[in-house]
Amino acid sequence: MAAGEQLAMLVQPDRVHRSVYADPAIFELEMERLFGRAWLILGHDSQVKAPGDYFTTRMGREPVIVTRDEKQEIHVLINRCAHRGTMVCAEGRGNTERFICPYHGWSYDRTGALRAIPFGDGYAKSTLSDLRLKAAPRVANYRGFIFASLAPEGESLEAFLGAAKASLDDFVDRAPGGELEVAGGVFKHAYNGNWKLMLENHLDGAHPAWVHASSVAVARNAPEPGKPGEERYFDIAVRQMRQNGAPESVWENTGIWATPRGHGYMGDYHDDSRLVAGLGNPAFDEYRKALIRSKGEKEADRILRVTLWNTVLYPNCSFMSQFRQLRIVHPLAVDRSVVYTYSFRMPQAPDRLFRDTIAFSNVVNGTASWVLTDDLEVYERIQKGFTSGALEWAQIGRGFGRDVEEPGAVRGATGTSEVYIRAQMRAWLDYMTL
Amino acid sequence: MPATTVEQFLYHEARLLDTQRLEEWLALFTEDATYWVPLEQGQKDPAAGSSIIYDDRTLLELRVKQARHPRAHARLPLARTVHQVSNLSFREEGGEIEVHSTLVLVEYRAEKQRVWGALVEHRLRRAGEGYRIARKRVDLANSEAELDGIAILF
Repeated sequence: MAAGEQLAMLVQPDRVHRSVYADPAIFELEMERLFGRAWLILGHDSQVKAPGDYFTTRMGREPVIVTRDEKQEIHVLINRCAHRGTMVCAEGRGNTERFICPYHGWSYDRTGALRAIPFGDGYAKSTLSDLRLKAAPRVANYRGFIFASLAPEGESLEAFLGAAKASLDDFVDRAPGGELEVAGGVFKHAYNGNWKLMLENHLDGAHPAWVHASSVAVARNAPEPGKPGEERYFDIAVRQMRQNGAPESVWENTGIWATPRGHGYMGDYHDDSRLVAGLGNPAFDEYRKALIRSKGEKEADRILRVTLWNTVLYPNCSFMSQFRQLRIVHPLAVDRSVVYTYSFRMPQAPDRLFRDTIAFSNVVNGTASWVLTDDLEVYERIQKGFTSGALEWAQIGRGFGRDVEEPGAVRGATGTSEVYIRAQMRAWLDYMTL
Repeated sequence: MPATTVEQFLYHEARLLDTQRLEEWLALFTEDATYWVPLEQGQKDPAAGSSIIYDDRTLLELRVKQARHPRAHARLPLARTVHQVSNLSFREEGGEIEVHSTLVLVEYRAEKQRVWGALVEHRLRRAGEGYRIARKRVDLANSEAELDGIAILF
């Protein structure tokens, strides 16, 4: 398995072969051809504010360190000593001038250049001159979000993002002064399932009524949320869980778009403007004023009327601009994935908005939340199902043949169209057979 | 059965969880109770950062109700748990009793077994012959780790 024609047989316009999710050989190929080529989001400027700041993460399975140097440039370094292969930096974050390997003390600066080698005289000079912490060949930034690619050549980040830039714009524009910072801890939830299952779930308007039936039911019987300004802590939980039980017509009328690189985004399906501190809430009014001070009234009103819910940046990210949540999926094995969930604070907005972000994070994206736990259960059951050879194909044909071409994107005929999975699989095939 | 000592009360609480008598467990909590499983080590303020669980009494009740729902996929069946509570120390303060204990918990469901370790803090109020829980905080040793979904109560 590897030839392009064979891979192409696995992805058909309206169905996908189970091996795309379950075959370890295909997974290995994905790490090389997809995660080894595509732009991957790694994090946000605020995680490396000052020179010397760093954090560790992964690009596919590659452990990397993201650093900021004295010239304010950001570097993405493979976390592996050139000498004996040791990870030079313990996982986490911090500030340092040098990354010093714990094994023999080889030390590297913030750009990855090798600066000191104990007992270095033992090596021929020509051997050492090429050694360094290997750097991701391409690093780019879109409005504060850090991306990198392991491929030396390829399209620009902006070309890669295409129409999905609008969602990142929405994320940043909603912050007064355009200022955002990662804050409040990182959920890291893992599941025994393929990485693609998460990205295929996040734009799926047909699943909440079934997967989330239990949380919808208990929220419907919960006490009524408070009036604006009198909200209680549990209100966000109750509102969001209830909203997952929106009637079919609401889901069908929600917009869903997909781009050539497999990105996708959906319109907002919330009919409740007070899901977070919203209109009529004193904290929201204060926030709106801060946004007006920063952008002017007309622009502030335009920004607040943008309705985007989940956005998927293929192949490793999904985010909610309105709630300032961003998730990065790390593939660990064909049947094992881990998702890091970050919350963002708007430093120039009232603190109440960040409290809402945190409450939302706990309820929807938390490892023990009412909502996410049922998604994870289903991902694991899908993975188990795909080990069965009795049935070869999975269906992605809802709305097939009725997609609507729009500038830079294709729109699903209805909100529950599987147009976004078809786009993800087309992008998958492009990367895999390039 | 009213638990007459702090030790017996905590053992009783653990027993209710391990025998899945969740509604009786919920009834141990006061109306103004909070139940907190922090995400970060040493976390001070539940409003300033995410939590694995941070519930007021209303939300805690929703968890118990979800556990009974016929389509609660991650909770059907409920995980079997064994709570081992030990190393108790406590002191009385302002009419409430602050109890520190350690918890070792074995969880089993769907061919997955895992072991949790936690430092636990209870704040108890006297109620008749027994106690009620005004606050419970569970600091998991591995709260910051990469964790599979959690559908149990600690």
